[in-house]
Amino acid sequence: MSQTATMAGSAPDTAVGVEPRGPRPKPFFTPTKIIIYSVLVFFTLYFLFPLYVMVVTSFKTMPEIRFGNIFALPNQINFDAWIKAWTSACTGLTCEGLAPGFWNSVKITIPSTIVSIFIAAVNGYALINWRFKGSELFFAILIFGSFIPYQVFLYPLVMITREMGIFGTLQAVIIVHTIFGMPILTLLFRNYFGSLPQELFKAARVDGAGFWRIFFEIMLPMSLPIFVVALILQVTGIWNDFLFGVVFAGTKNLPMTVQLNNIVNSAQGTPEYNVNMAATVLTGLVPLIIYFVSGKLFVRGVAAGAVKG
Amino acid sequence: MADTAVQRVEGAGISGQRGFLRKTFVHNLPAKIAALPMIATVLIVFVGCTVWTIYYSFTNSKLLPTGKFVGFEQYERLFGTSRWNVSVTNLISYGAMSLVFTLVLGFLLAVLMDQKIRFESAFRTIMLYPFALSFIVTGLVWQWIMNPTLGLQTTIRNLGWTGFSFDWIANPRMVLFALLIAGLWQGVGFCMVLMLAGLRGVDDEIWKAARVDGIPTWRTYISIVLPMMRGVLVTAVVLIGSGIVRLYDLVVALTNGGPGISSEVPAKYVYNYMFSGGNIGQGLAAASMMLLTVVIIMIPWAYLEFGGKGRQS
Repeated sequence: MSQTATMAGSAPDTAVGVEPRGPRPKPFFTPTKIIIYSVLVFFTLYFLFPLYVMVVTSFKTMPEIRFGNIFALPNQINFDAWIKAWTSACTGLTCEGLAPGFWNSVKITIPSTIVSIFIAAVNGYALINWRFKGSELFFAILIFGSFIPYQVFLYPLVMITREMGIFGTLQAVIIVHTIFGMPILTLLFRNYFGSLPQELFKAARVDGAGFWRIFFEIMLPMSLPIFVVALILQVTGIWNDFLFGVVFAGTKNLPMTVQLNNIVNSAQGTPEYNVNMAATVLTGLVPLIIYFVSGKLFVRGVAAGAVKG
Repeated sequence: MADTAVQRVEGAGISGQRGFLRKTFVHNLPAKIAALPMIATVLIVFVGCTVWTIYYSFTNSKLLPTGKFVGFEQYERLFGTSRWNVSVTNLISYGAMSLVFTLVLGFLLAVLMDQKIRFESAFRTIMLYPFALSFIVTGLVWQWIMNPTLGLQTTIRNLGWTGFSFDWIANPRMVLFALLIAGLWQGVGFCMVLMLAGLRGVDDEIWKAARVDGIPTWRTYISIVLPMMRGVLVTAVVLIGSGIVRLYDLVVALTNGGPGISSEVPAKYVYNYMFSGGNIGQGLAAASMMLLTVVIIMIPWAYLEFGGKGRQS
C-alpha cells in the first residue's frame, strides 16, 4: 500500500482518487482454484450426464440407438418417439401413451395442493396465535409422525378409505396427500406466522376481529412468499409421488409416474429406448420447469424441512 | 397471549367442573374447529394407524385383517424368510454407504462452493436439479445408462476399450452400487445445500480468529467449523436416514428388486405381501420392523435435540 501511495504521489494528478482499496486481487489461476474448479466441473458432469443422455436418446431412432453410442448426438431431430410416448406407448394393459397419466396427475396435484396448503396454513396460524391445551403436543406428534415410514399407515388407510367408499378414487389420493403433506407444511406456516410481528394480531383482536377474519384479512395477505414456497414444495412432491398413486388411485386414475414405470418396466416386446426416454423426460418436465423458474424459492422450500421450528 | 390470561381469570370464577369443560371445549372454539383436520390426522393416522398396524402384526391375518392373535409367529416367519433377510442386509449396506457418501460428498461440495467461487448459483442449480425429479425418473434414466447391452458399457467398448465392464444392474454382487450411483445423483445436491447453509451460518469472527492463529483452512473446516455445525449435521442424518428406510420407488424403477432378489428392500417386501401376496399379517409385521428401525434412529436425535437442551437451561 505504501508503495502504491508513493507511486501515486509521483504520478500525474489524474492518478489521485483512483488509489486501489481492499486486499490485492489474487491471480485467478492459483493451484487451489484449479483443483476446486476441476472437482466442481467433474461433479457437474456427473449431474448433467443423465439429463443429456435422456434428451439425446429421446430424439434418436431405434437403429441409431442399436449402433451403441449413448453419447452421440442424433443424426436429426426426430419427434416420433415423443409423439409415441405421449399418445400410443403401451403399458402392458393399454396403449394410450402417457397423456392419460399426465391428466390424472394434474387432477391429483391441483386439488391436493390447494387442500393441503389451506389446511396447513390454518394449522400454523392456530398453533401460533390461538394456542389451546394440547396444541403443542399435537404438533409434536405430527412432526414425529412425518418420519414414520408410509408402509406403516398404508393398510389401515386402505381400510379407512374403503369404509368411506372412496378407495380407488381421486378423493382418496387427495386425502392421503393432504395427510402426509401436513407435517412439513404446518411446520413451514407455523414458523412463518411466528416470525410476523405479534402486535398486528393483538391490534386486530382488540378491534374485535375473530379467528377467521384475522386469518383471511390480515394473515393471508401477508404470507404470499410462504405460499409460493409451499406451492413449489407440494406441486413437485405430489407430482413425483409413486406409492400413494399406485395404492389409492385405482387403475383409472394412475398418475404419470406410475404410468411411466408401467410403460418402461412392464411393456411387452422389444423395448423402445427412445420412447422410454421421451416418456421419462415428459414426466420430469413439470418439476424441472418449476425448479428452473422458481430458482432460489425452491432451495428455500427444500431447506424449510431442515430448519427446525 | 393476553387473551388467554383474560380467559383464565374468568375461568377461576366458575366452579371447578364447569371451568374444566369450558377450558377444554369452549375456550378458543374456532381455533379448535379449524385444527380438527390436524387433530384427526394425529389421532387417527399417526397414532391410530400405527397402533392398528402393530396390533394386527401379531395376528395370522391372510386376505383380510380378521385373524386371531398368534404372538410373535409372524415375526419368526419374517426372519425365517430369506427374501426379508436379504432386504434387511441390503438396506443396511446401502444405507450405510448412502449415508456416508451423501454426507461426505455433500460437505465436500459445500466447502468447495464456499470458496468464493464464480458461477456459484449455476453450480448450485446443476447440483440440485436431480432433487426436483422423482425417484421413478431417476431410476429409469440410470437403468438406461447402465443397460449392459446398449448403454454406457457398450458405448465405451465401441470406443475401443473392449475390456470395459459396467454391468452393475445385472450383477447381483454390484447391484447395490448401481442403486448407490442413482441415489447419490438424486440426493447429494440437497445435502450440499443444507451443509452450505450450515457453513454460511458460522460466525465470521471464528474464521478471523483461526486465521490469526495461523490454522490452515482445511484444518479450520474439520476441527472448528464441522463441530459447530452439529445441528445441521444431525438434521441431515435424520432426513437422509428416514429417506433411506423408505427407499422404494428407486428400487422399483431401477431394478425391481432384481436380478433375482439381490436388490430387494423392506418397503418393497411390505408392499408385495400386503397388496399382491395376500398375507397381510406378514406385511404388517415387516412394516412394524421398519417402524422400529426409524424409532431407533430417532431416539438419539430426539435426545440430542430436546434432552440436551433441557439440561442446559
